[in-house]
Amino acid sequence: METLMIILAGILVMIATYLFLSKNLIRVILGSAILSHAAHLLIMTMGGLKTGSVPIIGEKPLAYTDALPQALILTSIVIGFAVTALFLVLAYRTHRKLGTDNLAQLRGTHDE
Amino acid sequence: MLSINITIVIPLFIALFLPYLSKKKLPFHIGWIVLAVPIILFIMLASFIPSVASGETYLHTIEWIPTYGIHFTTYLDGLSMIFALLITGIGSLVILYSIYYLSSKESLHTFYVYLLLFMTAMLGVVFSENLFVLYVFWELTSISSFLLIAFWYHRKGSRNGAQKALLITVSGGFSMLTGFIMLYSMTASASIREIISSIDQYTGHPLFIPALVLILIGAFTKSAQFPFHIWLPDAMEAPTPVSAYLHSATMVKAGIYLVARFTPIFGGEALWFWLVSCVGLVTMFWGSFRAIRQTDLKALLAFSTVSQLGLIMSLLGLGSIAYHLGVQEESVLFTLATFAALFHLINHSTFKGALFMIVGVIDHQLGTRDIRRLGGLMSFMPISFTVALAGCFSMAGLPPFNGFLSKEMFFTAVLNIHQLDLFSLDTWGILFPIIAWVGSILTFVYCMIFVFKTFTGTYQEKKLEHGAHEASIGMIISPVILAILVLGIFFFPNVLGEYIITPAMYSIFPTFTPSFDLSQTVSPWHGWNMEIAMTIGVILLGTFLYIFLRKWKGIYSLFPPKWSFNTLYDSLLEQSEGRSKTFTKFYLTGYLRDYLVYIFLFLVVVTGGTYLYTNAFSFDMSGDAPVRVYEWIVVLVMVIAGVSILFAKSRVTAILLNSVLGYMVAVLFVVFRAPDLALTQLVVETISTVLFLLCYHFLPEWKKENTKRKTKITNIMISVSVGSLFILVALAVNSGNLFETISRYFEEAYELAGGKNIVNVILGDFRAFDTMLEVVVLFIAGIGVYSLIQRKGIKEEEKLEDQ
Repeated sequence: METLMIILAGILVMIATYLFLSKNLIRVILGSAILSHAAHLLIMTMGGLKTGSVPIIGEKPLAYTDALPQALILTSIVIGFAVTALFLVLAYRTHRKLGTDNLAQLRGTHDE
Repeated sequence: MLSINITIVIPLFIALFLPYLSKKKLPFHIGWIVLAVPIILFIMLASFIPSVASGETYLHTIEWIPTYGIHFTTYLDGLSMIFALLITGIGSLVILYSIYYLSSKESLHTFYVYLLLFMTAMLGVVFSENLFVLYVFWELTSISSFLLIAFWYHRKGSRNGAQKALLITVSGGFSMLTGFIMLYSMTASASIREIISSIDQYTGHPLFIPALVLILIGAFTKSAQFPFHIWLPDAMEAPTPVSAYLHSATMVKAGIYLVARFTPIFGGEALWFWLVSCVGLVTMFWGSFRAIRQTDLKALLAFSTVSQLGLIMSLLGLGSIAYHLGVQEESVLFTLATFAALFHLINHSTFKGALFMIVGVIDHQLGTRDIRRLGGLMSFMPISFTVALAGCFSMAGLPPFNGFLSKEMFFTAVLNIHQLDLFSLDTWGILFPIIAWVGSILTFVYCMIFVFKTFTGTYQEKKLEHGAHEASIGMIISPVILAILVLGIFFFPNVLGEYIITPAMYSIFPTFTPSFDLSQTVSPWHGWNMEIAMTIGVILLGTFLYIFLRKWKGIYSLFPPKWSFNTLYDSLLEQSEGRSKTFTKFYLTGYLRDYLVYIFLFLVVVTGGTYLYTNAFSFDMSGDAPVRVYEWIVVLVMVIAGVSILFAKSRVTAILLNSVLGYMVAVLFVVFRAPDLALTQLVVETISTVLFLLCYHFLPEWKKENTKRKTKITNIMISVSVGSLFILVALAVNSGNLFETISRYFEEAYELAGGKNIVNVILGDFRAFDTMLEVVVLFIAGIGVYSLIQRKGIKEEEKLEDQ
């Protein structure tokens, strides 16, 4: 299962990287969202998978799954969301102001 | 002896007050106040002459950075005495001269502040006993010289000359600093005296030769040695008092001082001898060769300074042979060379200072210093003519002037060297006297050009801006004093030898004392010998060459201006600017994709390379949990959704596929028993999708990317390699040896924190700090979003401005 998850995350990283390298701003933002999925999956996998029950006390099982990566991912999801929201608004503003979402055209002025 | 440390900073201290004084509208020239400084210092230093001559030295330390062994230590011995007397003595005369030279319309206080700053720096260089303090003052001379060259900063030539001088001397300074650091790391001491006493243990050290070469480069750049001499002629854009003071008498001799001071450290090394004496001789020849061609009197003097500095340098090189031979009878032949070097050093300062001042007088009175417009000034300016004659004949090495004595000693030294059967000198050594002799002939020729083309011949009134007449007494007094010295040293050379030079010899050859007699008796007449024959040859051939100058001047056109070192320097500067601009433009494209490519490639190469290099890729899948069918389905759906995003024709498809990915991640969280994550992921993914769709509403339609096929393939290759690297590293890490997880501790959440949901307890109790900051992030993002949306008002204002 771990190997499968790592490969899945790797494929997501490939997709994200490819999207990063494209000209369209929205594609880049999509890439960043996908990359954060990959990162979350990796954190989860590195904590070990399916070794116990849900980390809520009361059921008295033999073992719980590792709760620490879950807490880390929870923090990360929220931050990722905040950043994505900001990026999207930035893209919106860029388009309103400059009339394009093509990164090849967003290269600063020539007299710099 | 606190007074030497104070001596150094006195000029700086006075300089601080000059700007205030200049505002006071003094009834007299501000230079008179400044003049007092070097005179007082000169008298003070001169009072030490008797005790220094009797072998005493004065050392005083003020702690500066004791943890690194850097102390503001001053050391007064014979060698520093010579230089200090030159600095203060010539300094006084130059300041007196400048009072009459510069009109009060100039920014006088600026000039004198720079000049006093320079005086402090120069005194610091010659008195510092600590390597790093020496370096500090060394750079201060470069900086103050830079300021003085560009004193008339509105002229392009001044600015270029100053920039060139700074670039060359500071690069040399850096190399010297590197050498000093090497010396420091070898000997663990920054004190020159301590290094001298312990250097014998380190001559085999691998850093010894690099330190030697680097320190020599510093000395050569400062003293305008070949091929670093190019800054000196351009520095002639400075006011003439500056040229006279810095670029003939003092600063350019800092390199000479450094070589003399470091002779006890490096003198025994053959490389030192070869570098110093050969570079010196080549410089001497090249400077005199180029000087003949100059039409500007100051440029002529600049090249002659280069040539004379080469002469002194080569003598110091020859003198270092004495170290190689050690304390024995034969060494006296070579200590003579060092004696000659110091003697000529003083002589050169006297006559070159006088000559520069005379050029200044001519420039000041006639408005030009171009040799082609001058002539026949003898009857108009008799005093200037006399001084120039004395200076030039001394420079050419004619009796009865002091240059004659030093030139004779120079010939003796080069003749001695070729008799020595050391370093295969018996075969190649013959070149030394020949080059020296040819250089002297050329020196004779340009000296004659200087005097006779300026003062004899026809008077060309039409070409001059003002009519010729003698300068004011105040302006002429300093060169006259120097000319008297030129004459006086010829008749009483041994006073100078005994009181000034011999103590300096003991500082250059500290190991030779007291068993060895380093003093020399200089006599104007020493019988019919080879040296006299050479001098007569110089006069005869020199006169011949001067008379037929027109006939052979064509030889200079054999050297096209393209081949000069100036062209090389200019093209180096231009090339480095041009190349760096091209390179910067090449890689800083301003396009996000290119930067990301650099980052990804760096990541792949460095991370992948490190893993390969350390053989860290190892895979162990035995600990894996089994995979069930529905998990396969989820993974498959994700892969299909992810890959389809790349091929999506419209934005809506891409956004929806992205949310499929998000929801599938939430499903995986359910599978992996993380209910909180699953909940959050669902909510966040929903809101994100809504946001994406909002943007979709406002953004233009997803155009087909007209990317080139080649770029696409590169992109695929980069993304595949980044992803593969990710997989390989993750697998390697996952199968490595792990420690026991610390999460067992958090399972006591109920006992410790009173909560049953472990994840929530971690977020709210154990690691609540993370949560707090994460809330801050969300808060900032919220503010950011809000303000970006609200910026409309500003945008409209900008539009108004655009109109």
